[in-house]
Amino acid sequence: MSIWKYANPTQFMRTSAWLLPGLSVLAALCVATGLVWGFFFTPDDFRQGSTVKIIYLHVPSALMAINAWLMMLVASLIWLIRRHHVSALAAKAAAPVGLVMTVIALATGAIWGEPMWGTYWAWDPRLTSFLILFLFYLGYIALWQAIETQDTAADLTSVLCLVGSVFALLSRYAVNFWNQGLHQGTSVPVATGERSVADVFFVPLVFSMVGFGLLFVALVLLRTRTEIRSRRLHALLARERAADTRVAPNTPPSESPTS
Amino acid sequence: MIPDLGKYQDTVLSAYGISLLLLAAIIGLSIWRARAVKRQLDATEARTNKRQ
Amino acid sequence: MIALLRRDLALAIRAGGGFGLGLAFFLILCILVPFGVGPDSGTLAKIAPGILWVGALLACLLSLDRIFQLDFEDGTLDLLATAPLPLEAVATTKALAHWITTGLPLTLAAAPLGQLLNLPAAAMPALVLGLALGTPALSVIGTFGAALTVGLKRGGLLISLLVLPLYMPTLLFGADAARRGAEGLETTTPLLLMTGISAASLALLPFATAAALRMNLR
Repeated sequence: MSIWKYANPTQFMRTSAWLLPGLSVLAALCVATGLVWGFFFTPDDFRQGSTVKIIYLHVPSALMAINAWLMMLVASLIWLIRRHHVSALAAKAAAPVGLVMTVIALATGAIWGEPMWGTYWAWDPRLTSFLILFLFYLGYIALWQAIETQDTAADLTSVLCLVGSVFALLSRYAVNFWNQGLHQGTSVPVATGERSVADVFFVPLVFSMVGFGLLFVALVLLRTRTEIRSRRLHALLARERAADTRVAPNTPPSESPTS
Repeated sequence: MIPDLGKYQDTVLSAYGISLLLLAAIIGLSIWRARAVKRQLDATEARTNKRQ
Repeated sequence: MIALLRRDLALAIRAGGGFGLGLAFFLILCILVPFGVGPDSGTLAKIAPGILWVGALLACLLSLDRIFQLDFEDGTLDLLATAPLPLEAVATTKALAHWITTGLPLTLAAAPLGQLLNLPAAAMPALVLGLALGTPALSVIGTFGAALTVGLKRGGLLISLLVLPLYMPTLLFGADAARRGAEGLETTTPLLLMTGISAASLALLPFATAAALRMNLR
């Protein structure tokens, strides 16, 4: 019993099929609870007015935008070191979800910034590093799309993800040096133990964050399943074509799982 | 139904609108592609099994 | 390694390769900007450091896809991969050749072109020194991007997309040093930080470049 048994596509398909419905329902429930609670049943902030309600979208999506990249980094490392195909496909599956999360964080931030800061966009360190993260996602996805040989694509995108992570981190601190920020500090207590958000706002925010996290996991599972199936489909089609071109097409295709 | 959002109504509603739209898009796209690939795979597998 | 370097340099100069291209682009940009922004020398002086850095960066991007493409097409790269010279050394040499044909001329051209843009004299040392220290990082990072896309038919646009976010820290520190120089502030800190990025890239990225090349050649 170890986590590596899920590296077997068949095992992964079985477990994820069992896991996916419950996870999706749970994710939907959490997101709905967090957003409905946040939208309908929280008071307005005395300074920000009703725009404080945007926090239930902005903070969770920003959190998942970063965590999605971290997950891709871990998955890429596993692929490069242990060469489990499921891992590479999971990284590929996660990228578009992370991209959407980044866009949501940027869009909600811009919409919130217009009345609060008086501008949709400012070259603030946090905003700038998110824009850079957005570019990294675009490049990663584009590289996957561009390369035809799937294993080579997995290799190269993994290397890009590793190098990109280093440079993303570097940019994060470089932009601090470059411009003073408008953006407020973190609203989620992790290390400080102190919280800048009052309880009335915080409880629905937790629901929303957990919900976005679960939603991300569910989407990645679903998309990874799709990628595995697509891989198998291409293998079967290729075998079929090979059989068609041969004179005697009665060679039995072996029943191996996709790879 | 919709709570009183004061003068920031457009701001809040558009933020929620855009975000939910984007989420719906990525979820819809994932499910649609999952179905399409599963259908093609099932068809191809049936064909392969018949040949044997 | 030296033979490879000499060969690359000869090819770049002789075959009408990327040698003049980046430089010409840089020149065109610096001439066009005043027409776009207007001839007001105060405005020009203010944006000159940024324009020069962005111009240098874009000129660098322009010639990236040539680094490995021709060698890949005619099979030289396969030979290099099986040669006794480690692929990491090949990657470093390629980056060096790219720097000599683009980074170095850009650095040298920046001083006269700065005059066109009314760059304050105080900013000149920081700008030229910054370009001299920063363009090696641009070449090394660019070589990595070129290695990622070497097998692709149309890698030109993709390379820009991949390399652009990687260029961000270098551009940021470089332009900041030149701007600080123009305002008469201390320029050592951004220059040192940028040199750090250049040195780290030069030390580590050739390994990633070589790994990407091996994956592409397999």
